[in-house]
Amino acid sequence: MEVHGEVWTLKELFVYPNEYIYWSVQIVMYPFMTGLVAGAFVLSSLYHVFGIKQLREMARFSLVLSFALLLAAPLPLLFHLLQPTRAFNVFLTPHFTSAIAAFGIVFSGYMAIVASELWFVYRKHFVTQALLLREKRDKSLAESLLHLLYSVLTLGAYDISEEALRKDEQAIRWLAGIGIPVACFLHGYAGFIFGSVKANALWMTPLMPVIFIMSAVVSGIALCMLSYIVVMEARRRRVSGTFNSYQMTREQIRGVEQHEVTITARYLVFFMIFAISLELLDLVFREYTALKSWDILRRVIYGRDFLNIFILQYLVGNLVPFALLLLPRLTIRRAVVSLLLVLFGVFMMRWNVVIGGQAFSLSFSGFMHYHLPILPHDFDTFKEGALGAAVILVVPYVLFWLFGKILPVFEPEETH
Amino acid sequence: MHIWRPLWVTIALVALVLGIRLVMVPKDFGVHGTTYAYKWYRKSSESEWKAIRAKYRGREYCKDCHEEQLTHILRSPHAPIQCENCHGPAMEHPETPEKLPIDTSRELCLRCHASLPYPGSARAKIKGIEPDNHYPDTGCSDCHDPHHPTQ
Amino acid sequence: MITRRAFMRRVLQTISGAIGAAGVAAVAFRRRASANTKTSRWAFLVDTYKCVGCGFCVKACKLENDVPYEANVTRTWVERYILTKKGELLIDTPKGARDGFISSRVQLGKDTYREVKPDEIAKAFFVPKLCNQCENPPCVQVCPVGATYQTEDGVVLVDRKWCIGCGYCIMACPYGVRFFHPVYRVADKCNFCYHRISQGMKPACVEACPFGARLIGDLNNPDDPVTQYIMTQRVSVLKEDYGTKPQVYYVGLSKEVR
Repeated sequence: MEVHGEVWTLKELFVYPNEYIYWSVQIVMYPFMTGLVAGAFVLSSLYHVFGIKQLREMARFSLVLSFALLLAAPLPLLFHLLQPTRAFNVFLTPHFTSAIAAFGIVFSGYMAIVASELWFVYRKHFVTQALLLREKRDKSLAESLLHLLYSVLTLGAYDISEEALRKDEQAIRWLAGIGIPVACFLHGYAGFIFGSVKANALWMTPLMPVIFIMSAVVSGIALCMLSYIVVMEARRRRVSGTFNSYQMTREQIRGVEQHEVTITARYLVFFMIFAISLELLDLVFREYTALKSWDILRRVIYGRDFLNIFILQYLVGNLVPFALLLLPRLTIRRAVVSLLLVLFGVFMMRWNVVIGGQAFSLSFSGFMHYHLPILPHDFDTFKEGALGAAVILVVPYVLFWLFGKILPVFEPEETH
Repeated sequence: MHIWRPLWVTIALVALVLGIRLVMVPKDFGVHGTTYAYKWYRKSSESEWKAIRAKYRGREYCKDCHEEQLTHILRSPHAPIQCENCHGPAMEHPETPEKLPIDTSRELCLRCHASLPYPGSARAKIKGIEPDNHYPDTGCSDCHDPHHPTQ
Repeated sequence: MITRRAFMRRVLQTISGAIGAAGVAAVAFRRRASANTKTSRWAFLVDTYKCVGCGFCVKACKLENDVPYEANVTRTWVERYILTKKGELLIDTPKGARDGFISSRVQLGKDTYREVKPDEIAKAFFVPKLCNQCENPPCVQVCPVGATYQTEDGVVLVDRKWCIGCGYCIMACPYGVRFFHPVYRVADKCNFCYHRISQGMKPACVEACPFGARLIGDLNNPDDPVTQYIMTQRVSVLKEDYGTKPQVYYVGLSKEVR
């Protein structure tokens, strides 16, 4: 009879009988997703709060993507729980001495902030669409539903005078402002979940929440830049040479794209420096203080996981994109390569923390090897395998595409 | 002013969750002690655990019907071994199960009698055999009476 | 326009009203002082000199507590430590010692074994392990939904109907005693056979051990022989540095023990 975790865990030397890799790929996905959420939001706020005008195009886009990611973020948790039907218990009887219980409050609070900010950004669009559809006779079923949707989305606030819109702007600025610390908290608490587990020698460090926040911002910025480039390139290719509804030529689109990417890349580099410094600091401290656990950790970090940590995460996922972004005359192509590598680096960081923390036994005298299930042979190996992870990666983009159908993610006229 | 509308929606949703809580949280869920950290739970869970029926009944239970075997084993070096150690839990025997297993495998006896002369451990004091050398194809109980192995 | 005097009067009325209400509330909602001041505090005593590694305790525990016999999880287990004369430390626990230790071959991996001859051995012994029912249980602290808790008599239990299966408690336990029950799909662990000790019986493993290596006692009862031993003889606990205050006491623990 198979025990949960047994099929993807290989034990070596002395490991306690009940030890398996219980927190597998979905627990890697969850901080990765919430990290993207936090990062995308911080990017959006750089425009709304600090008025960095050059980031305007990116900002609107980031906010919607942040929301799509946020809605998809609970999925890895639902896939992981052995009793997903009881997931609501976290809202019913939260035990606040547990970092995971903070999830209910922080997540819902953050969702309220992002949803509210989105509402203010797109309110004018909801109003104009609702009024337009109201005028139309002979509505099709789809149009009637859309009319209902837009009317509900206005929340009854039909005033789109200059003054009302100015108030909207104020509200957006305010929400973006308080959203930044809440986004930090959303991801900081995920870091606390690991950093506070004294039983795990690799996770236990007060630096963990900060490391998580920094790498979250890095991943969020990278994702937004990447998605932005993809969309802009698609637009550029659709343009028929001289004139289009955006009043921009191909060259002009490319110009804006280049500009935004270069500016944002600087912020990305700044956060990357911060993130890697903290991780290296943690490693240096561990080696220097050489506590009881250092013997086995050393074997995991410099031995078994050397490839994952130093080659994949630090070299390919940090140093190489760092160099690529810092070299002069950043091209879109070079930016894309860097951004993909950065995202890979952040993913590897999550992997090395979650899986790496379970690579050694509590006995400090044995190892566990994780092999990710690729082809599922039952529901568990689907949910907690490569396919399950793939589903998580795809869902936010499906949601984003759906949102794109009712919100103008790029049109400048009807938004702030 | 319209800018407060999202806040009203949020408050309404929070109220909804609080309402659901009133209905769905078991009435005996709370802090049942002095420290919230360790005593936050559903009280009736405790009695659910206490209500479980024991499966192992102990020697006194076997004595009523199997007094002969019991006195026999009590006079032998195997006296400290419980009946249920080898025969499994009595549960509601003889109703269910009707018969308890009689395990004649070598592995059962080797638990103690595979010779492991570990210095400092009580295992070294138990008379043992090298399983591969001592009649490897025969059952232990073919020659030794489990209830009185030295007889 | 309110006068200063009227304002001050209003403020003082409000404050005294609030104090009065608080006082009434404090009296009305005070926790009833514990009527029973003599509840038990369960504790365990394991003698590693006496343990022979027969594994009857593990077998009894599995059968008593509904942990599937074939599944590779167990509420209690026995570890074997062998220190060779060359200074090499070998540790194993084949299937948690469910079938005892019937061979001098030490299991080092799924299919890797190491034969150890008697004259190679400097010291060797067995260490039974089970949930320590800690005084400061980190597993209870991290449960997000209150599905695991500490009873008044010190035992840590899991609410099978409320556990969401997140596994945080399993990650938080430094001793590795928790696991996911393969049938119920919630967290599970040794609970000192709470259903037995609550009726005056002994835990299944204590009853099963033919050599008296496992004993259970009540620390709040000064006449309990286990309590007396713990109070007067030299005993130790596992991983004391974690601050969990474990309540399983060991006789004969050695520095090799993990």
